[in-house]
Amino acid sequence: MLEYALARLLRMIVTMFVIVTGVFFATRLSGNAVDFIGGEGLSAADRATLVAYYGLDASWFEQYWRYLRALAEGNFGISLLERRPVSTIVLERIGPSLQLLAGAVLLTLAVAVPAGTLAAVYRKSWAGSMIMGVAFLGYAIPNFVLAVLLILTLSFWLGWLPSSGNGSLAHFVMPVVALSAFYIASLTRFTRNAMLDVLSQDYLRTARAKGLAEPRVIFKHALRNALITVLSVLGLQIAGLAAAGNVVIETIFAWRGIGEMLVTAALRRDYPVLQFGVIAVALAVILINTLVDLAYGAADPRVRLARS
Amino acid sequence: MVHTTLSAPPAAPSLVHRATRLRAGLADVWADMNWILRCTAILGIVLVALALAAPLIAPFDPNAQSLLSRLKPPMGLAGAKDGYLLGTDELGRDILSRCLHGLRLTLGVALLGAVIGLLLGGSLGLLAGIAGGRVDDLIMSLVDIQIAVPFTLVALLTVALLGGDLSVLIAVLGIAYWEQYARITRGEVLRLREMPFIEAARAAGASGWRIAVRHILPNLISPLVVVFTVNISNIVLLESTLSFLGLGLRPPTATLGAMVGMGRDYLPSAPWIVAAPALLILLVTFVIQMLGDFLRDRTDVRLRER
Repeated sequence: MLEYALARLLRMIVTMFVIVTGVFFATRLSGNAVDFIGGEGLSAADRATLVAYYGLDASWFEQYWRYLRALAEGNFGISLLERRPVSTIVLERIGPSLQLLAGAVLLTLAVAVPAGTLAAVYRKSWAGSMIMGVAFLGYAIPNFVLAVLLILTLSFWLGWLPSSGNGSLAHFVMPVVALSAFYIASLTRFTRNAMLDVLSQDYLRTARAKGLAEPRVIFKHALRNALITVLSVLGLQIAGLAAAGNVVIETIFAWRGIGEMLVTAALRRDYPVLQFGVIAVALAVILINTLVDLAYGAADPRVRLARS
Repeated sequence: MVHTTLSAPPAAPSLVHRATRLRAGLADVWADMNWILRCTAILGIVLVALALAAPLIAPFDPNAQSLLSRLKPPMGLAGAKDGYLLGTDELGRDILSRCLHGLRLTLGVALLGAVIGLLLGGSLGLLAGIAGGRVDDLIMSLVDIQIAVPFTLVALLTVALLGGDLSVLIAVLGIAYWEQYARITRGEVLRLREMPFIEAARAAGASGWRIAVRHILPNLISPLVVVFTVNISNIVLLESTLSFLGLGLRPPTATLGAMVGMGRDYLPSAPWIVAAPALLILLVTFVIQMLGDFLRDRTDVRLRER
């Protein structure tokens, strides 16, 4: 177990290093930040001053080395545009992103697990087919198309919900739904398949044979076993939700979270914000993946045994 | 048939044979489909045909602006202008023409990206599976890194930073899902390597290269076809997400995602700008997902009884 954890840690560190390096050089490759900050009418002398001021006159490798040293000291840099420490900016943005994420995870669990269970139990009737049909649509519809459709109907035509921003509870509804639709759909399918696997097991026949009521068989004996698979899939999905989905949905709904910050920073070449933002998101994703893996091992002895 | 066998060199019969086998295979697939799947397949063929014929059938130049006919609704609605079947956008460009060209671009780019991913991931996976040892370790840790990093984010940033060139976009889309091919290929290679028929080939003195190309590669085709199909839909999604956010190809190039993205500002007054491209994206991903699902179930024997 210890060896496994250490190998895992080493891999995390290597991955993070690759990401830090990749982002650093990608930002440098894309042009000098000063040209984006200074605007059109910048004189050559002023430009040189600015370049020197931000330390962008050094060679890339020197900048890179400086950056790594600063990171090691816990100094993440100062936003070129907002002139505030990057860590402060990111901290401000984490809250809204986490709220959105929590909402999406809860909604996904609350809808997908019952829906998938029903679809498995009633797999031969129209109810099961209908659930899977809806799940398929949710699977195929891109989240931004869904978001636009939601805004069009619920905000503009019906006027029930605000179309962007964060504040009240009503602001949550559309982003959360648009963010989780895909995950609800895919988790429903996973739940159904996991339930079907379990339902064909011998111990279920035993449970029925000894006269247990059907709900008890389904919920106590089947669902509990299926949930192990389902939860591990959900764990992996959270990583995707946290990173990719958020960027798109936050941008559409002008939700002031990490994702929206990243897109803005990329478009305005605010290197320090971009670099630290990507590091933060990647770290979160890797941590989630690792935690899920460890939790999965803890929950299912077979996984643990297979590893050692 | 007679004509072909008479005039063709010795290699041709095998080609003809392959063609008939392909036709028989397609007929098999068709026979396995229910009516929903058949409709989906036909819809897919129609979409591809529309994309291919876009320059011929599009009534207008997709980028031609006409200030006099801005924001006209589709035919059948009040205020529509003759000839503009699906209406016009904020610059007076014909939405139908832009949709057709956008569809062409989206499908073309997605196909190219998926092929790059297939070649890249497939060969790396093959290499990892056959070479083993250090090479395998290195390739698999690359796979792990790719999995750990949410690629949509990477793609977003890359395109945002390096600019919306077609070549950048295709490269990004090509790299996006290589690890899926690599994992499948490697897994299959490891499984196949232990099979008796490979052992027999080795005993008969076949070289490693020959075993890889003649004996292992043909067995990889059906799992890779499934991944490839599903991947095209993922790439369409990724590409349209990027263009939607304004990070894809530079305007005025018509892409479906960009049309939805730009039209978003006119949502309350001119919802038709968004409607047509959004529906097209939905149709494309729906068709590909349906067919991919069908192919997967068909190749995966364990799922047959469900």
